[in-house]
Amino acid sequence: MRAAILALAIAMAAPAFADSSLPPSYWANRQLPDERQEAKAQALMAELRCLVCQGQSIADSDAELAGDMRDLVRRRIAAGENPEQIRGWLVDRYGSWVSYRPTSEPSAWPLWGAPIVLIGLGGLLAMKRLKGRAR
Amino acid sequence: MSRSLRFLPVAVVLILIAAFVWRLANPPDSTVPSRMVGRAVPAFQLADAVPTMPGFTSAELATGKPRLVNLFASWCVPCIAEAPVLKDLKRRGVAIDGIAIRDRPDDVAMFLQKNGNPFQRIGSDPTSRVQIALGTAGVPESFVVDGRGVIRHQHIGPIAPGEVPTILAELEKAR
Amino acid sequence: MTAEAGLAALWLAAALSLLGLVLSVLHYRGTLDADRSVRAVAIVHGALCLFAFAMLLVVFARTDLSVALVAENSHSAKPFIYKVAGAWGNHEGSMLLWVTVLGLSGAALAAFSRQLTSRTLVAALGAQAALALGFHGFLLFASNPFARLNPAAPEGRGLNPLLQDPGLAFHPPTLYLGYVGLSVAFSLAVGAMLTGQVDRILARAMRPWVLGAWIFLTLGITAGSYWAYYELGWGGWWFWDPVENASLMPWLAATALLHSVSVLAARNGLKAWTMMLAVIAFSMSMVGTFLVRSGILTSVHSFAVDPTRGAFLLLLLGIYVTAAFVLFAVRAGSLREGAPFEIVSREAGIVANNLILTVILGIVFIGTLYPLMVEAVAGEKLSVGAPYFNAVAGPLAIILGVLLTVGPLLSWRHESRPVLRKLRIPVFIAAIALAIAFFALPQASILSKLGLALAAGLLPAALIPLLRRNPFRAPLATWGMAIAHAGAAVAIAGMAADSAMTIERLTAAKPGERVEVGPWLVEFVGVTPAAGPNWTAIEAELRATRGGGVHVMKPQTRFFTDPPTETNEAAIDTVLCGQLYTVIGRPDEDGRWQLRLWWKPMVTLIWLGGALIALGGLFAFAGHARRAWRRRAMA
Repeated sequence: MRAAILALAIAMAAPAFADSSLPPSYWANRQLPDERQEAKAQALMAELRCLVCQGQSIADSDAELAGDMRDLVRRRIAAGENPEQIRGWLVDRYGSWVSYRPTSEPSAWPLWGAPIVLIGLGGLLAMKRLKGRAR
Repeated sequence: MSRSLRFLPVAVVLILIAAFVWRLANPPDSTVPSRMVGRAVPAFQLADAVPTMPGFTSAELATGKPRLVNLFASWCVPCIAEAPVLKDLKRRGVAIDGIAIRDRPDDVAMFLQKNGNPFQRIGSDPTSRVQIALGTAGVPESFVVDGRGVIRHQHIGPIAPGEVPTILAELEKAR
Repeated sequence: MTAEAGLAALWLAAALSLLGLVLSVLHYRGTLDADRSVRAVAIVHGALCLFAFAMLLVVFARTDLSVALVAENSHSAKPFIYKVAGAWGNHEGSMLLWVTVLGLSGAALAAFSRQLTSRTLVAALGAQAALALGFHGFLLFASNPFARLNPAAPEGRGLNPLLQDPGLAFHPPTLYLGYVGLSVAFSLAVGAMLTGQVDRILARAMRPWVLGAWIFLTLGITAGSYWAYYELGWGGWWFWDPVENASLMPWLAATALLHSVSVLAARNGLKAWTMMLAVIAFSMSMVGTFLVRSGILTSVHSFAVDPTRGAFLLLLLGIYVTAAFVLFAVRAGSLREGAPFEIVSREAGIVANNLILTVILGIVFIGTLYPLMVEAVAGEKLSVGAPYFNAVAGPLAIILGVLLTVGPLLSWRHESRPVLRKLRIPVFIAAIALAIAFFALPQASILSKLGLALAAGLLPAALIPLLRRNPFRAPLATWGMAIAHAGAAVAIAGMAADSAMTIERLTAAKPGERVEVGPWLVEFVGVTPAAGPNWTAIEAELRATRGGGVHVMKPQTRFFTDPPTETNEAAIDTVLCGQLYTVIGRPDEDGRWQLRLWWKPMVTLIWLGGALIALGGLFAFAGHARRAWRRRAMA
């Protein structure tokens, strides 16, 4: 009886579920048994952008493609690859857009330089103000 | 406060407004162009998506003549609209290989039965692995691959009837 | 009729704002003594805006489906509170709320301002009227909330289920009171720069507005963060989403302004900084409004996109912000500075505070808009997200926190006493906390360890100003400062703890299985269907125990029909030292259900800290209000 209600509930829910009829990939929603590897995987997943969402990382997204990307990340980390390599591989295919951490490509240099410039500018202003004030 | 410093905020505001005006005129588009265009097809091996048609490997795409690789799925509604266009391309002599994304054999078979089968080979990609390797994010998408297995063109979304000449032109260019 | 009455009130209000602007200009030039008229016009204008908003509320409360806005955003089956809150859960309605707060602020400024010279006050009211005029134009010509639908719709299209939540009733109005409250600071700054009266009297007039708006902004952002945390089901409390950043930037500017205006009030110093910050703060509010409503940034927060509306808003924004900054550039040179101060003094501490806050503001600004600039200039698409902001703003926030321990202890003008000695105990506590963090949390990031240590030291340090013979005789404003700074320490502790100590478990579980999450043992009992007024759901039952009693938790996945959506309702159990956060996901083929479980120690400190900061602001507000009242009573 409960199974029937459940089946009914799931069937009613079908239009609202995600697109394909296949379940999520194996490692999309399972943690790696090795805690350190899982931590590395999670750190990387938080920094990869979900390509079919409106501004979420693949760690936070329920979209299927995000799940498949999580599966890919976990498998590769379990195989011993380093997170930077995996990020690089994805950026190689999708462009810098897929990485929430700005890459080291020239287009991102002003971004990393901005805080230094701002602090310098601000420090200069503050020094001027303090020097002018001191008696 | 020195003169130039005082007018700096005004300059920043004007640059900002210019950027906003540009953005309003050029709305953001959410399509993700693949970075693999112009590069060799990434290595992959795909099992048969349906028992009646063979799957294929990336090496088997380098047949000496340009081919069209079409990513589709039975659960993808725009793919139904694209099916007649693919049949038309097949009639014009284009060799088309399909990759079924996240699909079951029965569903793919039913899709082919209802919408026709323009494919020579169909590979199965149940975990989007090849989709990710190709740098794409949605279905349907089509790639023009030349005789040596290099991707020459990416078409995002279903191919509309009006876009057939462009695809044919790209296939010509890839000779 | 109700809708027409509301629309008529809006037209009248627009006409009045034009009248107010004209009268102010005439008064400023000396042609006319319009002091009383301008004040009266501002008050009536505020009343009319309030009336129009009330009409909108009535129309939503009644689910009047002949009004297009109601038909698009409401539904007769919605619970009453969400029908009313739905009035501001959409673009037009929230814009009307925005304009209403703008009008009411102007009215309050006109009614309660006594110390400013007539010329400055009228100039400020004129600026406020100019702001109102533009936004009335936007409302009436591009976002009419009262447009009729003929024939009336048979049923409404419903409201996004994510918005059917008490958070909606609270979060937007609170934020708008904050954003738009800053408009008065902006107008006062513009008025004062026009007349040249940038002095202590201006500061005392501006301060309550800045403080009030800042309190609401703090509460609004804190509430928004908690709402996103429990509603979205991912256990995160801040995503550096462009719209979130758009709400943070006015807050950063307002916090700097708050401190700056105190220096102006106490020592007649930092005139240029204060004026600049007052202009920046409201400009950030307007930029935020533009970003959310124009569709130029992708975000889960955005309203429906319309480029023509975006263009209109950009025009308004461009005029107001450019004009204000040009005025600043022209007048800043003639602002005569007040009493000088040494490098070790409270003024200098506040300058350092302003500096760091402004740099953080600049970084958030640049990070949020950088993808747009790169795409415009180079055609390349890139993303800037949490990794960037955390890496850059985090260390700066730590430095700011360290300054917070010392700043309040410094005297005005010149500190000659050995103040650092007072900090011996806080520094000691911080050092111990840092050592413990290194031992107990080896895998946590350096930033979060430093954050924990900082919080441990800042909390006692914030209370030092209250250590005197009788703390209860300390001025209310000092209590406010202590509570707010202590609140900052509490919030930092929560943020660092969340980053360092959260434990997450993802599994696919069969009913009857058990999962361990940190100190908890969670048993997955099973899944049953459930239903509510306008939704059906799949509900899981979980029994969690930590060696004491059993906590029963029931996370759900809910399905709505109008419009068809699916949401995650996390089940959260709050205990003394943290929260157990549980989410049920999808089933897979073998009947295993996806479960996500988090144990988050000390996470509630984040929002508790935010509430304390706002409370501190309230104490300060009360303190200044009482002092002003006493001064007036004695005069």
